Amino acid sequence: MSDHQVELQTRRTPGRFARAWDSDLAYSFRRTPVAVVSAAVVLILVLSAVFAPLVAPYDPFDPASLNLMNGFTPPGQPNALTGETFFLGTDDQGRDVFSTILYGMRISLFVGFSAVLLAMVIGVVFGLLAGYVGGWVDSFIMRIADIQLTFPAILVAMLIFGIAKGITPPEYRDQMAIWVLILAIGLSDWVQFARVVRGATLVERSRDYVLAARLVGQRPFAIMIRHILPNVLNPVLVIATISLALAIIAEATLSFLGVGAPPTRPSLGTLIRIGQGFMFSGEWWILLFPAATLLALALAINLLGDWLRDALNPRLR
Amino acid sequence: MTKQTLLAATAMSLLMGAAQAETLRWARAGDALTLDPHAQNEGPTLALMHQMMEPLVLRNPDGELEAALATDWSVDPDNPEVWTFSLREGVTFHDGAEFTAEDVVFSFERALSENSDMKGLISSVASVEALSDYEVEITTNGPNPLLPAALPNILMIDKDWAEANDTVDVQDVEGGEETFASQNVNGTGPYMLVSREPDVRTEMTAFEDYWGAADFPIGYSDIVYTPIQNPSTRTAALFSGEVDFIQDVPVQDLERIEADPSLKIVSSPQNRVIFYGLNVSDELVNGTPDAGNPLADGQVREAMNMALNRDAIRDVVMRGQSIPAGVIMPPFVNGWNEELNSVSTDIEAAKALMEEAGWGDGFSIQLDCPNDRYINDEAICQATVGMLAQIGVTVNLNAQPKAQHFPLVNGLESDFYMLGWGVPSYDSEYIFNFLYHTKGDLYGTWNGTRYSNPELDEMTKAIAAEVDLEARDEMIAEMWDMAKADTVYLPIHHQVLNWAMDSDVGAAVDPDDQVKVKYFTAD
Repeated sequence: MSDHQVELQTRRTPGRFARAWDSDLAYSFRRTPVAVVSAAVVLILVLSAVFAPLVAPYDPFDPASLNLMNGFTPPGQPNALTGETFFLGTDDQGRDVFSTILYGMRISLFVGFSAVLLAMVIGVVFGLLAGYVGGWVDSFIMRIADIQLTFPAILVAMLIFGIAKGITPPEYRDQMAIWVLILAIGLSDWVQFARVVRGATLVERSRDYVLAARLVGQRPFAIMIRHILPNVLNPVLVIATISLALAIIAEATLSFLGVGAPPTRPSLGTLIRIGQGFMFSGEWWILLFPAATLLALALAINLLGDWLRDALNPRLR
Repeated sequence: MTKQTLLAATAMSLLMGAAQAETLRWARAGDALTLDPHAQNEGPTLALMHQMMEPLVLRNPDGELEAALATDWSVDPDNPEVWTFSLREGVTFHDGAEFTAEDVVFSFERALSENSDMKGLISSVASVEALSDYEVEITTNGPNPLLPAALPNILMIDKDWAEANDTVDVQDVEGGEETFASQNVNGTGPYMLVSREPDVRTEMTAFEDYWGAADFPIGYSDIVYTPIQNPSTRTAALFSGEVDFIQDVPVQDLERIEADPSLKIVSSPQNRVIFYGLNVSDELVNGTPDAGNPLADGQVREAMNMALNRDAIRDVVMRGQSIPAGVIMPPFVNGWNEELNSVSTDIEAAKALMEEAGWGDGFSIQLDCPNDRYINDEAICQATVGMLAQIGVTVNLNAQPKAQHFPLVNGLESDFYMLGWGVPSYDSEYIFNFLYHTKGDLYGTWNGTRYSNPELDEMTKAIAAEVDLEARDEMIAEMWDMAKADTVYLPIHHQVLNWAMDSDVGAAVDPDDQVKVKYFTAD
């Protein structure tokens, strides 16, 4: 009898990993090859970016280590002047393209993650407020969102970037550039979070459990955070994933246009901008490799987001 | 007139019209900063204005002085301070007003007035007087044998037009002012302004009553000028036939353009030296207050000069399209010699100098750099960041369009900046006058270094007035020795000038990079 009880208990409280492995989401993940491959690509790219100082053979952000004479070395071939060989070649400044991509991807990913986090926090807070409080608060927040939606996000980001650059003293501009990018992309991206959360909140707030919480006398703030928020998180997660891909591309776009990461600390977009100048002259590797990396990263994250949307959609289960 | 002749005449005029209606679509990296002829002494600005306005004396594409609005000039044999210029008769401005001596007097006075950027060019001019409608007398402060060579960029405008449009005063560019003259033109030049959208597009059309209509090829009836900042977009525009003629050709694209049978390149060493200027005063603008200025120490400046690897810049960044420079003077200029131009790279010696100066641990500084003015300007600055890092100098690169860059230099808001200097007079005096003389209203107007050497200032004025050319050359040599010993500028190189164009555009490259479309032919 007692033995039986023990057995029952272990079955009832399996380990955290086992529970996750058994979940619907994990099951769907295992059954979707696209998701598995995408996840693997993202994992490899993110890990190599995070551990760039260990993986990359050179530190491209240390100007003293650069030798201009190594400039324009083709991939895998020795440089005509210095005899050094680089796996993916070098750019116009003699920087190793492979190392620069890894370090550049760090900036792209950091900016992407931070910007989405910022957009998510702002969007969720305003979405909850608009949906739960309603009335003029709702109208006010959503009209601001509507107005912002009429401007293309990249335009808003450029505007914010321009203003921020204007008010920061020039000696801090290089260090500030990354934070300004995060701010610019984050602020241009909060609207869709807010709209989705507001919509979900409108549905949730008339549910019985919310009514019960209100009857018990819980304060609105506690209801929003403790009861409604966990129930609107699924769509937020999906948007966040897809937004991440978009934020990385937005960063690349801004840097490509020359208003983002500085050329001495290039992100993927800056690298593509630099490489673009050598498109006609046969130095294809400066453009191709960073562009291919950006494509792989954005595509993989996007596919993951797509899968997540389908997996979390009860109607498609 | 019979029907046939009428028809033939109509056909004829139609044909001629067709032959003449050629548009030159012209692109380069940056736009003119203004249309006010006296507000900015800057290459591309003057290049655009030269299509619409004219000086008394012009420098033609061969680099020789040519009569433009003045037909001839002479110096008084008894008094070398007095010059007489005879003006061309029958010249009209675009609005139909006649060009006379009062316009010359007015234009000179305007070019010497407050805010004018051309003062340095004619700083030797004491007064300009009209002797008759077509004769002007210019008196200089002391004799100036090189006066005519100083005039090709002093453009003439109509006095009545300026007065009627309240634009007698020169535009204050650094103060961000816009005036009627900065957006409109009434000159005597071969082309008239049709429309202008700054940084986007400027359209010009041939001026029918141009005095030289019969004397010059004037192969194009219209000009469309478009600045295209991005180098590969600029080349792509030429390849796709979107434009016919580009300046500031990206060096990496030369080979491909050359290989295309429908395009051609004309090149020549350019009369322009590219260099860095250093703030030599006691305090940095963008530094920690009271920390002192490492650049005030001549040894530090010398160390930075030695750290620049000009050969690497030539071979990699410029792909051979530059000539390393050891002095901020193009080889065309009177006063240049091999020895002055020699310079070598020595990192170890540079480090030792830094140590000796007490800056062995290095320092950090901001480098201000244009990104749409000189060939590969930003890439050169970027390469410099790496080279100076080797001697412990941490450089923060601030690259931006020239419209934001130049005010930093002129407003003394930069500690370390890139600048290029062409010498239209082909004489050293022009360099000392603008770049070495203590910054003031009349002299040293482009000296952003805060360098002030009273002895050099004295001599700058003295060589302007020295008529004994041998003694003058000796003084110039002495001045260069003094200037070089102080290393206030770090010379980089002389650009090789390339113009790329459709093969049916007939243009001879001008060593000053000054496009004058009236000399162009169209096949």
